[in-house]
Amino acid sequence: MPTKIEKDAISGQNTTGHEWDGLKELNTPLPRWWLYTFYACILFALVWMVMYPSIPIRGLTGVTGYIAREAGTAELAEARTRAEPMMARLRAATPAQIAADPELRAYAIAGGRVAFANNCAACHGAGGQGATGGYPTLADDDWLWGGTLADIRTTITHGIRNQDDDEARTSVMPRFLGDGMLNRAQIQDVAQHVLGLSGLATDQAAAARGATVFAENCVSCHGEQGEGNQELGAPRLSDRIWLNGPDVRTIEAFISNPRLGVMPAFGQRLDGATINMLAVYVHSLGGGR
Amino acid sequence: MAFKFSHGTIERNLILLGVLTLITVSIGGLAQVVPLFTVESTIERVEGTRPYSPLELMGREIYVREGCYTCHSQMIRPFRDEAERYGHYSLAAESMYDRPFQWGSKRTGPDLARVGGRYSDDWHAQHLRSPRAVVPESVMPPYAFLDRPLDYRRVGASMATLRALGVPYTDEMIRNADADLRAQANPEADGAGLASRYARARQGVFDGNSAEVTEMDAVVAFLQMLGTLVQFRDVTPEQLRQQ
Repeated sequence: MPTKIEKDAISGQNTTGHEWDGLKELNTPLPRWWLYTFYACILFALVWMVMYPSIPIRGLTGVTGYIAREAGTAELAEARTRAEPMMARLRAATPAQIAADPELRAYAIAGGRVAFANNCAACHGAGGQGATGGYPTLADDDWLWGGTLADIRTTITHGIRNQDDDEARTSVMPRFLGDGMLNRAQIQDVAQHVLGLSGLATDQAAAARGATVFAENCVSCHGEQGEGNQELGAPRLSDRIWLNGPDVRTIEAFISNPRLGVMPAFGQRLDGATINMLAVYVHSLGGGR
Repeated sequence: MAFKFSHGTIERNLILLGVLTLITVSIGGLAQVVPLFTVESTIERVEGTRPYSPLELMGREIYVREGCYTCHSQMIRPFRDEAERYGHYSLAAESMYDRPFQWGSKRTGPDLARVGGRYSDDWHAQHLRSPRAVVPESVMPPYAFLDRPLDYRRVGASMATLRALGVPYTDEMIRNADADLRAQANPEADGAGLASRYARARQGVFDGNSAEVTEMDAVVAFLQMLGTLVQFRDVTPEQLRQQ
């Protein structure tokens, strides 16, 4: 057992009295600042316990009466109330009226940008540039379902080919290979013809053969010259703008087994005013009609 | 007897040391245990919550396996900025069937508590395969390997395990686990049984490949149901109150 506590000559501290083969241990106390900080933390915790709900007994909510959920809800409600006069005007107006009124338009563009970043940018890109693989560019003037303010509003509200909204825009392109409507050779020909509509065909003979296939299978939706049909969301094929990329293999694969775009119905997620702001914002990205 | 409090006194007295240690440890233990006694009053009385369907459950297991929670939280806190971005704050009731919960504590990516329905199935599959193909600024690693077949032989066993932990899976649910799982991944299949056992469970070809049930199907089915069960339009402030 340690018995001999002595003063260390160099540091001026007492030793603990322990000794191992001549090695002695200094009994250095904790620095004062550390010790008092520690006590202050304990004191702070006690004050906190009294002020905020910390003991899970009904009624013991702390003297401040603060409850995070209620505070957050109140803060949100307060912000909504503050914005409401403008939101009510944005809700009541049509997107065209908003676009025509400089004050409403400025508000809609600012609010629409935020709502776009949160809800739309994942698919359509931060600047509406779209993404290869079926996510259309919104910053150009090539529209699948129409580019007027009213068209854009309808698309955002009801979405496209989703299962949640009965009024969702919808159309079906057949799986020309999957459903046995065309064989592989015909699909290769018609893919060349589709490329040829915008002067990109690499095999003129195949493109010429594909013209018949196109006339018999595609024109009812895509038009005789591939001009498209916005009533059906049938893309214009003659403009060198591609949803899935311009290479012939991609086009053949799409004709064989199309993967049609799906968009959620944001009318079920967002306020009418927000949808109007989004419509005006998207319309302003560059290509609104 | 004058008692001078010092470490020396405690350290030299084995019984005193034992008793004081016990008291200290008990306080720490109580702080962890006592809140659990109040869990009944913590869970909000909202309608719509249910245990995960078998396909969603498998997706959840993959979510845990891949450590998605290290970058994505599933916990919307009751602050205005979070509500504006993600929606209504998360309820205790919404993770009452989570074993373990996936609240997470860090957001490198966004919160996923209400990601369900926000994007299309195709987007999710494409984004998991190659995040930067759809979101150029993303730092998420690719999970293209999820396109492999889903091994769901043990889904019934998983459900039985969860039942032992208090998740109310019925015998009927466990008996039909395989069939329900396949039905949810195939929109052509009869979904009446699935719908009767798991309200609002959506059928779909979640990964765009109808030939087989893949891990991608499971993960996307899980992501697409997150936060969709409670209909906040119908919830009253009364129901949200924690007693």
